[in-house]
Amino acid sequence: MAEKRPAPRVGLFVTCLVDLFRPTVGFAAVKLLEDAGCTVEVPSAQTCCGQPAFNSGDRKTAQELARNTIAAFEGFDYVVVPSGSCGGQIKKHYPELLAEDPAWAARAQHLSARTYELVSFLADVLGVTDTGARYDGTITYHDSCSGLRELGVKEQPRRLLASVEGLTLNELPGAEVCCGFGGTFCVKYPDVSNRMVEAKTADIKGTQADTLLAGDMGCLLNMAGKLKREGSAIRVRHVAEVLAGVTDTPPIGEKG
Amino acid sequence: MEPTTHAFPENARKALSDERLQKVLAIAPAGFVNRRKQAADRLPEFEALRDQGRDLKNHVLANLDTYLEAFESKVTEQGGHVHWCRTDQEARDAILGICRAANAKTVTKGKSMVSEEIGINDYLEANGLTPIETDLGEYIIQLRHEPPSHIIAPAFHLSKKDVEGTFRQAHTDLPPDRVLDDPKVLIAEARTVLRRKFQQADVGITGANLMIAETGSTVIVTNEGNGDLTQILPRVHVVIASIEKIVPTLEDAALVLRLLARSATGQEASAYTTFSTGPRRPGDLDGPEEFHVVLLDNGRSALLGTEFQEVLRCIRCGACMNHCPVYGAVGGHAYGWVYPGPIGSVIQPALLGVKEAGHLPNASTFCGRCEAVCPMRIPLPKMMRHWREKEFEEGLQPAAMRKGLGLWAWFARRPALYHAATRMAIRALGALGRGKGRFAALPLAQGWTKHRDMPAPEGKTFQQMWAEQKGKR
Amino acid sequence: MADTSSARAQILGGIRKALGSVEGSEDARKRLAVHPRNLVPARAQLQHADQVELFTRMATEVAATVERLPGLSDVPRAVAEYLAGLNLPAEIRVAPDADLDAIPWDQRPTLTVSKGRARDSDGASVTGAFAGVAETGSLMLLSGTERPTTLNFLPDTHIVVLKRSQVVGTMEDAWDRLRGLGVAGTMPRTVNFITGPSRTGDIEMRIELGAHGPRRLHILLVED
Repeated sequence: MAEKRPAPRVGLFVTCLVDLFRPTVGFAAVKLLEDAGCTVEVPSAQTCCGQPAFNSGDRKTAQELARNTIAAFEGFDYVVVPSGSCGGQIKKHYPELLAEDPAWAARAQHLSARTYELVSFLADVLGVTDTGARYDGTITYHDSCSGLRELGVKEQPRRLLASVEGLTLNELPGAEVCCGFGGTFCVKYPDVSNRMVEAKTADIKGTQADTLLAGDMGCLLNMAGKLKREGSAIRVRHVAEVLAGVTDTPPIGEKG
Repeated sequence: MEPTTHAFPENARKALSDERLQKVLAIAPAGFVNRRKQAADRLPEFEALRDQGRDLKNHVLANLDTYLEAFESKVTEQGGHVHWCRTDQEARDAILGICRAANAKTVTKGKSMVSEEIGINDYLEANGLTPIETDLGEYIIQLRHEPPSHIIAPAFHLSKKDVEGTFRQAHTDLPPDRVLDDPKVLIAEARTVLRRKFQQADVGITGANLMIAETGSTVIVTNEGNGDLTQILPRVHVVIASIEKIVPTLEDAALVLRLLARSATGQEASAYTTFSTGPRRPGDLDGPEEFHVVLLDNGRSALLGTEFQEVLRCIRCGACMNHCPVYGAVGGHAYGWVYPGPIGSVIQPALLGVKEAGHLPNASTFCGRCEAVCPMRIPLPKMMRHWREKEFEEGLQPAAMRKGLGLWAWFARRPALYHAATRMAIRALGALGRGKGRFAALPLAQGWTKHRDMPAPEGKTFQQMWAEQKGKR
Repeated sequence: MADTSSARAQILGGIRKALGSVEGSEDARKRLAVHPRNLVPARAQLQHADQVELFTRMATEVAATVERLPGLSDVPRAVAEYLAGLNLPAEIRVAPDADLDAIPWDQRPTLTVSKGRARDSDGASVTGAFAGVAETGSLMLLSGTERPTTLNFLPDTHIVVLKRSQVVGTMEDAWDRLRGLGVAGTMPRTVNFITGPSRTGDIEMRIELGAHGPRRLHILLVED
C-alpha cells in the first residue's frame, strides 16, 4: 500500500469576480481540491490581486495590493486561483512588481512559486486524470489569454473535460484569440471590444455546442453577456463547475 | 503626415462601420497568421533563432556607438556618404539636398516606413520634385493619397475593384475601355507605367531592413524587385534608415533574415534580398554613381537605457499586428499615424508623445499574442503598460476611470471593510437582477451594457457564504 | 552637401551617455573581426549531393524552374528549347562574364545573342551566379564589371547558369566562399540573393508572379 502523505494545505485565492458574481465557482474549486485530497482554506484577509491597478499604470497601488495578498497567503503549501488572469498577476507579475523592494522581493518569489491556476494545478501538480463528473451536453472551450500565454494552460482543461461522462467537446476555431474583455479595456473602448466579442460569439455559435466553458470569469461575463444580448440559448459556465459536477446554479446570465 | 492618433476612438468607430474594410479584415490577417505558423513549424530551430535574434539585438543596442561608427567608416571607405540626422526635419533636408545637388526631377522610391515617418514625399513634392512610390501597394495608396494601413502590406485595405478605379483615374493616357478586372492585368499595367518612371528617375530612395557594420552594406528585402530597380537604375541611390537597424556582421544578417521573412509573410526567404555597398565600382556597367545613407535618430537614442530600450529590437515584420485582435478589428488607419498595431502602440507614444498617442497603449487587452509571435521577443504588453504608468504619473487618464479605480483600491487595501461593502453591494445588485439573471442596462456601466448584457451576481459573496458554511462545518 | 558632423557628435554622444560607454567596446570590435556564426539550422548541413537535391527542391517550391545539364556545351540548346517552349523570341542578353565564355553559343545560330547590361527591350537574360544556397533555393549573384545587375531585374525571363560545385548549404557558407577570395572577395556594389521570380501579394493578398522583376526564373544546373 502506498504511503499516505499529509494532505497539501491549499489557500484558495477566490478572485473578485468569483467572490462577487459567481460564488459557485469558488465552491466548485473547493470541491475539486478536496476531492483530490487537499485541505482548503480561504483567508479572509484577501481582496483584489491588484491587476486593475497594475494594468492602469498605478504601480504603487498594485504594489500595495500585492503585499496584502502575499501576507494573506503566507504559510500555505499552495495557492490556487480559479482564474488565469489573477493567477498570472500573482505568478508572473508580483515578482517583477516587487523586484526592487528588498523586504518583499523574496516573499513575492516565494508566493509565485507556490501559486497555480486551478485546472493546471489539478492536472499538473496533483495528477488528477478524472474528476468523476457527468455533464450531458456538447461544450466548446475558450482559452483565456492570460491562462494560455502566461501560465501555459491549454491541454489540461481538455484532458480533464475528456474524463467527464456524457460530455462532447467541439473545438472552438480561434479559441486562442482574445474575446475582447481586457479588464477596463471593454469599457474604455466599448466599440472595439464589441467587435471582438461579436467575432467570438459567431465562432462559438458555429461550433453547434450547447455550452461554452472557459477558465476566467472576466471572459465568461463578457461572452455570456454578448450571447444573451444576441438571444442565444447557449449556456455559459466556468470550467470548474462542470469538472466538479456543480451545475445546479443557473448558467451565467440566466435566471434561477 | 499630421497624426490623428489622439482621435483613436473616433477613428476606430469609423473603421468599424466601414464595411469594405471589415470584409478585408475578416480574411487577410488570418492568411498571414496561417502562413507564419506553417513557416515556423517547418523550421525546428525557429524558437532558438528567436532567442538568438533577441540576444543579438540586445548586444547591438549595448554597443550601438561602436557599430554605427564602424558602419560609417566602411561606407566612407567604399566611396559612399553617411548623413547623420537627429530629427525628421534634418533627414528631409539631407535628402532634399542630395536631390538638389543631383539636379533631380523624378525620384523613385522603394517601400520604407522611415520615409513615411519623416514624410519625405510631401516634402519633396512641396519643393518641386516628383516622388514616385514603386512598391505596388505603396504606388496604389500614393495615387489615392492615403497612408499605408499595414507595414508590409500597405494597400491591404483595398479590393481589386478599388485598385481598378484608382488606375482608371490615374492612368489617363491608356484606353478608357480597357479591361481591368483581374489582379494580373492590374499588376501588368502598374509594371508598364512604373518601368517608364524607373527609367526617368534621377534619384532612387530605398529604406533598409538592415545595415551591416562589418561591410558598410545596407540590405533591402522585397518580393517585387522594385527596390532593386529603384537603386540600380538612377544615378544616385539614397538609403534612409534608422540607427537601430544595424547588425554587426554578414553572419548576423543571416540570422535576422531567417526570422524576418518567416515572421512577415511566412516565406522561407523573400524573393529578393539585396546587399548594397557603396556606389558602382570602376568598370561596372550599371549601378548608382553615388551612394548616400541618411541615418535617422528621431528620438530613438533617447530610448536607450530606459524601460523602452527593447522596442529598438524591432525588425518591422508586422507579425504583431497580424496577430493583434484590436488591429484585426479596426485596421491600420485607426492608429492615426505611420506605425499601427502593437508595435505602433509602443513606438508612437515615443515619437509623438503620450499626449498625442496615449490612447494606443490603452487600446489593448494585453492578450499577449503579439509578444508570443514577435521574432525579437519584444515584451510589447509590458511596454504598453509602461506607457500607461507614464500617463498615470502625468494624470492623463480619464478622471472617472481614475476615481473609480482609486475607490476600489481604497477598499481593497482594507479587507474587513471591503468584504462588508461588497456584501451589501452584491446583495442589492443580486436582488435587482434575480428576475432575469442579467441586466440590459445598468447605471455607471453603459460602456458594458451598450453592447452586451451584464450577468447578475448570485446575491451573496463567496466570502460571506464560506463564512456561513464554516460555521456549520 | 550639408555638414552633419554636429548631429553626428550629438547622436553618438547621446548614445554613449545612455550606455555609459566611453570609447566604444572591445567586445564589439572583436565580433566584427571574428564574425562568429550564429545558430545555423540543420536543414542544409548535408553531403554536397544532398545539398544539390535540396537546392533544387527549394527553388522549385518558390516557382523557379530547374533543369540539369551535363555540361556548358548543352546550355545553348537548353536556352533555345526553353524559350521556344514558352513561345518566346529566341533573343538573349548575356552577361559579359568570362565564366560564361565557354558556352558555345554559335552552335545555335537561330539564337540571337548579345552581351552587355540589360536594356529595356531585352526579353530574356542569361547570367552566371556566384552560389546557390540550398537552405532556401536562393541564387547569389555579385555585381562587377562582367556582371551587370540590371540583367537580374529588367528582362521578363532570367536564365541563370549555376555550376553544381557552386551549390552551398547556407548563406553563411556563401559568405565564407566570398571571403575566401581575399581582396577580390570584398563586398561588390551589389549582392543579390534571388529566391524565385518576382512576385506580389499587394492586391487582395493573392500572390502573382512578375511584379517588377522577372516573371520567370530558369536555373540551368550544370555538372562540373
